[in-house]
Parts: sequence; C-alpha cells; structure tokens
Amino acid sequence: MTDETRIARKKSKRTTIARIPMNLNPSGPAERLLDFYREMLFIRRFEERAARGYTQALIGGYCHLNLGEEAAVVGLISALQPADYLFTNYREHGYAIARGTDPKRIMAELYGRVDGVSKGWGGSMHMFDLTHRLLGGYGIVGGQVPLATGAALAIDYRDGEEVVMCTMGDGTTNIGAFHESLNIAGLWDLPIVYVIINNGLGMGTTVEKSSAEPELYKRGAAYRIESARVDGLDPIAVADAAQHAVEVARARRPYLLEVVSERLRGHSVVDPAKYRSADEVASLKEHDPVHTLATRLVADGISDDATLAGMDQEVMANIEEIAAFADASALPDESTLFDYNYATPVPNDSRRLPGEPLFGAAPTSGVNQ
Amino acid sequence: MTLMSYRQALHDTLRSEMLRDENVFLMGEEIGVFEGSYKITAGLLEEFGEKRVRDTPIAEEGFTGAAIGAAMLGLRPVVEIMTINFSLLALDQIVNHAAKIYGMFGGQARVPLVIRTPGGGGQQLGATHSQNIELYYAFVPGLKVVAPSTPADAKALLIAAIRDDDPVLFLENLALYNTKGEVPDHDTPAMIGKAAVTREGHNLTLIGYSRMAHVAKKVADQLADHDGLDIEVIDLRSLRPLDRQTIVESVKKTHAAVIVEDDWLTYGIGAEVAATISDGAFDYLDAPVRRVAMAEVPMPYSKTLETAALPSENDIIQAVYQTLDAIGHRRSKAGPHD
Repeated sequence: MTDETRIARKKSKRTTIARIPMNLNPSGPAERLLDFYREMLFIRRFEERAARGYTQALIGGYCHLNLGEEAAVVGLISALQPADYLFTNYREHGYAIARGTDPKRIMAELYGRVDGVSKGWGGSMHMFDLTHRLLGGYGIVGGQVPLATGAALAIDYRDGEEVVMCTMGDGTTNIGAFHESLNIAGLWDLPIVYVIINNGLGMGTTVEKSSAEPELYKRGAAYRIESARVDGLDPIAVADAAQHAVEVARARRPYLLEVVSERLRGHSVVDPAKYRSADEVASLKEHDPVHTLATRLVADGISDDATLAGMDQEVMANIEEIAAFADASALPDESTLFDYNYATPVPNDSRRLPGEPLFGAAPTSGVNQ
Repeated sequence: MTLMSYRQALHDTLRSEMLRDENVFLMGEEIGVFEGSYKITAGLLEEFGEKRVRDTPIAEEGFTGAAIGAAMLGLRPVVEIMTINFSLLALDQIVNHAAKIYGMFGGQARVPLVIRTPGGGGQQLGATHSQNIELYYAFVPGLKVVAPSTPADAKALLIAAIRDDDPVLFLENLALYNTKGEVPDHDTPAMIGKAAVTREGHNLTLIGYSRMAHVAKKVADQLADHDGLDIEVIDLRSLRPLDRQTIVESVKKTHAAVIVEDDWLTYGIGAEVAATISDGAFDYLDAPVRRVAMAEVPMPYSKTLETAALPSENDIIQAVYQTLDAIGHRRSKAGPHD
C-alpha cells in the first residue's frame, strides 16, 4: 500500500505535507491496534447508521459525520485520562463514543429523544456529557476555543492535574477567537492541547484558498506554543503525537497539534460534495483509514479476514440495538419546554407559549356585551 | 447605612465578595495595574494578586469566552468590559454561548458569570463610545440583565449577580459612577427580576432604568415641588426578566405612563414596556403611552449636537405635561417649564 495518490493530491496544492509514514508494524502491542480498529469500525458503522437515520427523517437539522476521521478520533482520545476535559465542535459523534459516552444516548440525542445525552435539547451539533467530561460539541465555528481556554484557566486556578483538549476544524484557524485564545493560553501557561483536524476543506473551500499559511500547525509559533503536524490516517501516529501534546499540557504549557485527516463524504449528510474530482474520490477510498488498518492487521498477521468480518457483524448488531433504543425512547413532553430557562430561578421569568397573552386570558370585547 | 458613591459601592462589593468566596475572580482590560478605566477595581490587584485580578489582552471575545469556560467548571468570574460598546466584540460568546449552555445541554452545565459594563452618552465620546445597547442582551433568553441606578442597588444587585448561577449582564453607567446615596451595611442580595417603585404617586407613572431611573426620580420630585404633581416612578432594575406586573399595576392606578430611556426609541426597551402596558392595562389608559428616548443618530461629538440627541430633564417634563394635558389633568400651579 502506498500513499502516492494522496501525497500527489497534496503536492498539487501549494504546500507539501511532511507526512509521518504509516507505522503499523506494531510499535505497540497487537491488542492496542485491534482495540483501535474495533473503535474505528464502531464509529464508522455508527455514522453510517446516522446517515441512514437522517435519510429516513428520524434525525433532523444538520448532521456532520466523522467518516474518514476515525483514526484521528481514537488516537486523540486515547491520550486523555478520564478526568481530562474535551471540547469539540459540531462533528463530534465519534469523539463522544471514544470518550465513553453510551452510544445509545448519542443516537437518542440525534433522534431528539428524552434519553439523549443532552436530553433532546442539543441534537447532532451539541452533545454534552459531564460524566465523561465531554464539555460540548459546539455549532458555531470557533465558539468552543475560548471556552476550552477558560476551562484550562479554571484547572490552573485550582492547581489541578487535568488537561483540556480542544478540537476544531481547519477553517477555525482563521477566526479571531482562535488567535485570541492561543494568545491567552500562551501568556498564562494554560494546560490545554488545541487540535486542528485538517481535512483539507471548509465546506467546499480548500485550506489553501482560505489560509495564507496553509501549514496550520505553524500558527503556534506566533504565540510561542509548541506545535506539530501528524498523519491523521494513522491511529498510532496520532496517539503518540497526542500523548506528547498532553504531557506538555500537563506540565503547564499549551500545545497545538495539526492532524491531517480526510472527510470521506460531504460537509454534512445532505452535501453531495460535487466540488470533488473523480481522482480525489478514488484517492479517498484508497486511503480510507478503516480499510487501510484492516488490510494491515491481516497483512501483519494480527488478525484475519474471518475474525474481522465477525467483529463487523458484532458491531452491526450492536448498532441496530442502539438505533432501536433511540427509536423507542420518548419524545420530550411539551410541558418541559421551560425546564432550563435559568439555573437560578428568579421572579418574572417568561414561560409564555407563542399564542398565549401576557396577562391572563385574552380581553373580551366590551362593545358586543 | 453609609453614604457612598456608586463607584465605591461597586468596588466594596467586589472586594467583599472576593473575600467571601475564593471562586470569585476578576478579568478584564486594564483592571489590575491600571486599576480600571473607571477605577472600580482600584487596589484589588494589590490585595488579591494576579491570580484573582487578571489583566487581559485586548481580546473581548477571547477573555469573555474564557470566563464562560471557567464558569462552566465552577469558578465565578466577574468580567469587566470597559464599555458596553466593546461587548459587541464578544457578542458571539455572550449570545451563542453564555446564554445557551445551560439549556442547550439539558441543564448539565451552569455559567455563573457576571459581565460588568458601563453604558452612557454625554461624555463627548462620539458615535462608537456612547451607545446604550443593553437591549441586545435583554432580548436573549438565558441571560439576565440588571441595571442599577443607585449605589444601594449597585451593591445589592452585584451581590445577587455574583451569587447567581446564570450569566448576568450588569449594566453600569458612566454618569452614575460619581452619584452618591445611602448604602446598607449588610450583604443582602437584591431580587433579580423585580422592579422598584422609587416614588409613589397617582397622577402618572414615569418608568426608567439605569441613569434614566435616577433622572426620572429627580424630575418627579421637582414636579411635586413646583406643580404639586403626584408622580409615581418605577425603576426597572432588571431588564431580563422584566417585572411586567409592577409596571401594569402602577399604570392601572395612575392611568398614564411616560417611559424614559437613554437608548434609541425604535425597538428599544421602552417599546417593550409600552407593549406591556398595552397588553396589561389597555382599559385603564387615559392617554397614549409616551416615550422619551435618544434621537436616532450615531452620537455626534460636538457638545451642542450631543446635548440635542440625549433626552433631557426638560424633555421628560414636557412629555409629562403633554400627557397630563391630554387627560385634562389640572396642575395646581403653573409649572416652571411652561
């Protein structure tokens, strides 16, 4: 297996990506690779099921999938301890799964049900699970970056041992909040790892067309933040790079990690991605991280086709149970509409439904009486 | 009770809340070494150190967002945004994040954050530094917006805001910082969401908030002295939630209302108050509700133009006279402004 097509595609752009070569000849134990594979496969099947649920109109709104990002997801999350915090963006189902959130509750959130991880208030873009310290998917590009920086400030304020990981897309690096946050983290020595998932595209606009410095990790230099770029299709490479980044953060310096990844499909479920050439699509298929890893697991004798097929069947059956759970979960009752107006109740809080008058019953006309 | 300025009340309250709870800390531009643009935080860096009095870069979106994130982990940041005009740079963090986090995640995270920021014109600061845009925040569910007009309320509402688990925009006013009043010595928080009747009367209801609540009270006292008028004054104190009941009950008693505000008239806070009166006291009104508000221009620099743009005491008095004349109310003596 070579990466010629992919590298050629990258070379055709303005910059060359200095790729770290795939290193799947077990630098770690075989079991680690198999664990990564199982998790990547699970995310793959979950996201495919979510896409199906969307076309069946069981899922509404926007729905952004982690397809092609699986190796990056499992590698990054493997570097975190349970007490560490994760802030991410709207493409976060896989991150929640990898963090340990019950996938049934993730699917139920996509279905807008009471058992959803955000109780049906968030949807695809706004998953939150305090138990697993997933402090939110955020729908506004860049919105999570100052928040994550503040979480790191709170850890530092209390002399805590935890770190924050904050993931974002490549497009986020052009927004003011990114720069303001990195400046603050650099100034105040905050324990945070900023992760750029560079999949080469905003929605359809390339990194080269939107970033004057397309080697995004270099932006750390402006804030004296150590940074690196890693191949996001190689889970071991991502895990090792993330491990180093987390160690730096735990020693009270921020870190910027760029993970060069892929987006197998459109920006969201409804995007047919017509802006991609046939070559590009072929290259994406060839470099699909889940398939690549499966091939290597077999080639290296870590597993075999039958075992992997069995694993896939098991995962698929599990995913069907998950979808069935979501489907069986109740829709929130209308009476709960004002349950989260305020954390501290205060007088005169508005709990008026759209058609209701402000003051009691609608006034009766005096003319006809 | 102690007589002190609005500025002193804010300063002393920040200090006492920081002494009471070590999770309370301050962030903002120039609040430490420089002691704050308006010196509210004077001496606090020296007393509490850099950890709790943080000078930030000029990055409203970044530091306001960081305060929100710190609040999500249980700290109680009090952010100073130098003037409300600069809060526009943090609008995404305030509106899309602070206001949303509690509800959007199904109640799993709270944002016990206070954003202190002064509005106000009349200082010849021109178009970008003289705005009263609290409406932008009062519009948004999930936020609380309070606007004290007296030193006593500055203290009581700031205590309430700091101890509240929701994001509170705490509106100050440049023209109020040096005003003085009696301030209780005890630390009792005010009730966010409640207006105050600061003067009881029967002829007409004057409604204002922040600087204009202060001016309304002064005008009502003058009209009592000079015209024998008995005017009720409501200080809204809380713009979100809005205490509609207090407004409506007063108008049911007085049958007339004049709303005074430093913001622009069209779609302004006064429009919401007028709509509230229409909904709740329509049958009781003897005259149309009047609004006295800033002229709808970017604030000019030149003093004559700035003065012309801002609502004056005389503007309020004329609106009161015209409303009462429309009802046929007879004043006991000729007014000084007739």
